[in-house]
Amino acid sequence: MHPAPSVIVFTTLSGAGFGLLAFLALGLLPVYGLQAFLIWGLGYGLAVIGLLASTFHLGNPQRAWRAFTQWRTSWLSREGWAAVAALLLLAPVALAAIFGGGLPPVFGLVGAAFCLATVIATSMIYTQLKTVPRWTFWATPALFLAFAATGGAIMTGQALLASILCALLAILMIVAFKLGDRRFGEVGASMGSATGLGSVGKVRVLAQPHTGPNYLMKEMIHVVGRKHASTLRRIAVTLAAILPGLMLLFMPPHPFVLAVIAAIHLMGAFAARWLFFAEAEHVVGLYYGQR
Amino acid sequence: MTALPPPSAKKLGLVIDLDTCVGCHACVTACKGWNDQGYGVPLSDQNAYGSEPSGTFLNRVHSYEVQPDQGTAQVINFPRSCLHCENAPCVTVCPTGASYKRAEDGIVLVNEDACIGCGLCAWACPYGARELDQAAGVMKKCTLCVDRIYNENLPEEDRQPACVRTCPAGARHFGDLGDPDSDVSKLVADRGGYELMPEMDTKPVNRYLPPRPKGPEQEVDILAPLLDVKTTGFAGWLDRILEKI
Repeated sequence: MHPAPSVIVFTTLSGAGFGLLAFLALGLLPVYGLQAFLIWGLGYGLAVIGLLASTFHLGNPQRAWRAFTQWRTSWLSREGWAAVAALLLLAPVALAAIFGGGLPPVFGLVGAAFCLATVIATSMIYTQLKTVPRWTFWATPALFLAFAATGGAIMTGQALLASILCALLAILMIVAFKLGDRRFGEVGASMGSATGLGSVGKVRVLAQPHTGPNYLMKEMIHVVGRKHASTLRRIAVTLAAILPGLMLLFMPPHPFVLAVIAAIHLMGAFAARWLFFAEAEHVVGLYYGQR
Repeated sequence: MTALPPPSAKKLGLVIDLDTCVGCHACVTACKGWNDQGYGVPLSDQNAYGSEPSGTFLNRVHSYEVQPDQGTAQVINFPRSCLHCENAPCVTVCPTGASYKRAEDGIVLVNEDACIGCGLCAWACPYGARELDQAAGVMKKCTLCVDRIYNENLPEEDRQPACVRTCPAGARHFGDLGDPDSDVSKLVADRGGYELMPEMDTKPVNRYLPPRPKGPEQEVDILAPLLDVKTTGFAGWLDRILEKI
């Protein structure tokens, strides 16, 4: 699949943002006043920048409001609702932290639940697509949740919890890479089943239907970046999980150190999300004899 | 609403005969010609006369070589367009309700006024049936020429999809695949018509007819009868005299 920058920015930043908001909503970082303003502002900023980025790849962004109408069937629509609900429900919690004043913890709990729902809905947009076998199994929602939780834990300075989450994330990323590599074969789509000519014999492309590239090939058949996939996998796991995990264990949880760790984690998360798209093969490639 | 309607009794669709298709791409051209000026926004081209032209098409014709275990390889031309699936994944993923399946005849359409151009429906389709128009930013797909098949301003023989009407080989057939007594359903039953990628669980309406089995290659000199010249009249008399000398 084409790794569109807007979609990578959207899923990575909004995932980290909702992870951070969930941790703040659960009251894991007792901050007040200016500190609360800055950290809640960071959470809202990441989530909102991510959501805005998602509108950049639309053909007609002026109609984006229509995406809220089909929550009964569409994960994309559900994601919109969950995101807006989480941001609105957490506003009183954030304001209470900034300006003082107590709110019963149930406000934060409900808000955190909607943050969780948003991340799950984002992951389900991809997990639901049978056409992209690498995405359609449990590892996709697990990875999106692990990234959100790890990012949230780092940014709220939960050193021990964050380093445990980093270890989990590293294992999950490696397992997802390995299992993902087998998914296309497991689903069983082939040039034979795509054309139905497999029962006649071995199918090979004789002539492509068009001489130039088209939307399908640009969008679904991304072969350029896969050349360096194995190197990028190592970079992604190192930056997103291993290095932040070690730094959390051996460095003091000073805000500046945490900011550096968060930045390194996010760079790894961007690399991982780039691979998530670039490595995913769509079955339509079979018609073109490509993956 | 992007919920799928209950399965309709009437299932309009195409039956494509891979034995007969000659790969002339006339259906591609006819489709682009009709749909450029009828339903919805035109099908735009980008850099049409440049080094790397591309554009929106609702129908594409692939050519494959199929090598059986024994015997010679066959060339099979393979038109690919929307299969108007009963279990259409492109419909349910749509966040705006722009993508829908008609309850009355099963045609899958896009309401372009509600389409935000997110492209998720094209990702959900295993068959590459949907292309995002780069000029208008909305999703385009085969409409089964919904503006022809019910159009009483057209002569009756023209009330079928443009690709079917134009096919010079008679490789494309249009009809109600929900009616077991329709011509297309009988054709599918006779010829063992099949659906594409059944493992994707999309339940396509369109069917493809497999190429007929070919016999062993025959070593026949097709010019032999033409070379065996029988002469008559004066030339015949001359022929016989000269043979005797």
